[in-house]
Amino acid sequence: MEFIRFKNVTKKYKNGVVALYDLNISIEKGDFCFVIGGSGSGKSTFTKLLYREEKPTKGEIILGGLKVNKLRNSNVYKLRRKLGIVFQDYRLLPKANVYENVAFALEVMGESKKEIRPKVLKALELVGLKSKLRDYPDDLSGGQQQRVAIARAIVNDPKLLICDEPTGNLDPVMSMEIVELLADINKKVGTTVIMVTHDKEIVNNMKKHVIALKDGHLYKDYKEGEYIDEIL
Amino acid sequence: MKFFRLLGRSVRDAFKSVGRNFALSLASISCIVVTLTIIALSIIISYNVNNFSEELKKDLTIVAFVSNEADETDLDKAKKEIEAIGNVESVTFKDKSEIMKEMMDEDDAFKTAMGEWDAESNPLQHTYLIKVKDIEKIGETATTIKNLTNIDVVKYGEGMVDQLVTVFKVIQKVAIVAVVALVLMTLFLIVNTIKLTIFSRKREISIMRLVGASNFAIKLPFVVEGMVLGFIGSIIPVFVMIYGYYSLYNYFGGKLFTDLIKLVKPEPFIYFASIIVMVIGILVGMFGSGRAVRKYLKV
Repeated sequence: MEFIRFKNVTKKYKNGVVALYDLNISIEKGDFCFVIGGSGSGKSTFTKLLYREEKPTKGEIILGGLKVNKLRNSNVYKLRRKLGIVFQDYRLLPKANVYENVAFALEVMGESKKEIRPKVLKALELVGLKSKLRDYPDDLSGGQQQRVAIARAIVNDPKLLICDEPTGNLDPVMSMEIVELLADINKKVGTTVIMVTHDKEIVNNMKKHVIALKDGHLYKDYKEGEYIDEIL
Repeated sequence: MKFFRLLGRSVRDAFKSVGRNFALSLASISCIVVTLTIIALSIIISYNVNNFSEELKKDLTIVAFVSNEADETDLDKAKKEIEAIGNVESVTFKDKSEIMKEMMDEDDAFKTAMGEWDAESNPLQHTYLIKVKDIEKIGETATTIKNLTNIDVVKYGEGMVDQLVTVFKVIQKVAIVAVVALVLMTLFLIVNTIKLTIFSRKREISIMRLVGASNFAIKLPFVVEGMVLGFIGSIIPVFVMIYGYYSLYNYFGGKLFTDLIKLVKPEPFIYFASIIVMVIGILVGMFGSGRAVRKYLKV
């Protein structure tokens, strides 16, 4: 079942730079998809369009039946509640502990403490950090911090997990652990995962659906297992 | 329920933030204190001026003297004409023999001098005592009455009334200008305090956006913070106003310099005024922060 559809999407920024040209992409529900490409290939723009940080200049983006490009600014939060987003720099609150960081996502939606607690514990269990509830981000390793960020992204049971270079700051071992964790979530919970990366090894090892972008164009759309180290 | 949880969170955050940006919060609060104290003073002055004007209105009377040549028909006609004037509230006729009697009762010298007069030789004039609706237009009304036939002289406390009305008007205008200027300055300071809070919480705001907090949930803590600044800033002026007015009232014994100018009783006036001052403080805080949020948060 199709979950995400990019129809002739072009994105031109105000400064005149064209990041994506006439992009046509389809991603299935429950898919684990890598988006790869060099610098300036349009990977980040691709994710920003997905979570509606940016609007396409032309074309249409459909996510779970919702026309993302038609969404008004005041309603963007409704889309974001169905998404989990993970970044390279973790984006955790430094003055809040692990539990508070994950709970924050539910707190700002106005959920009660009673509702929040079991959800946070479940998410932290899934990422293997249940024993570090009271630790602060600065006390954790990079990999652990990224796990907290992933727990925060999945605590609300999102339909889609968008990961923008989540392993960019991690060593190869930790990187692999994080990707395996994402694959695990994808498999166990059925969450669709889109992961932007330029880590060759990960993409080669995982043998998943790969969308390769080059200079803002779709270079190739590899089905599961089709990708062999080509352009990276 | 969700709304109250978000509100609770916002109130908690607002107090935290006031503490975190203490120096700037203190600047805003000080400015609010000054503004609200002056607003409180203006309210007290305006209300007392209004009250005094009302009292004057009750007391001020135009005295119209009727020509001694006028007969009964002329008197009736003059009364009807006076009553027909728009600003006239009531007209009372006073017979000249009655006036003579009152004057004789007042002073022995008058008694001796007037004792020989009878109804025919009484040189005094019949009068009409006229109350007006709007004391500001008393001059106009007096002129209109003066121009009527058979009315000789019209008297009212011209000089004093005109001067008082002018002085009051000036006081009220100055108070309004001062208050508006101070409110604008306070708004400016609050906008800047909230701007700083927004910058110091940029990371938190960006995360809030990412995890799907509604614009309302993002804005609320800042608006509440503005209201908290306004509320804290209103506490001192309210105390100063209540304590100050009570002291003033007791010191002067309820009147200012003469029996003519009576002060408004402190209760319940001062409590209503306190509520107004507090509400103004909170509203100024709310609008200031609302503006900052719109300008710098871009949500």
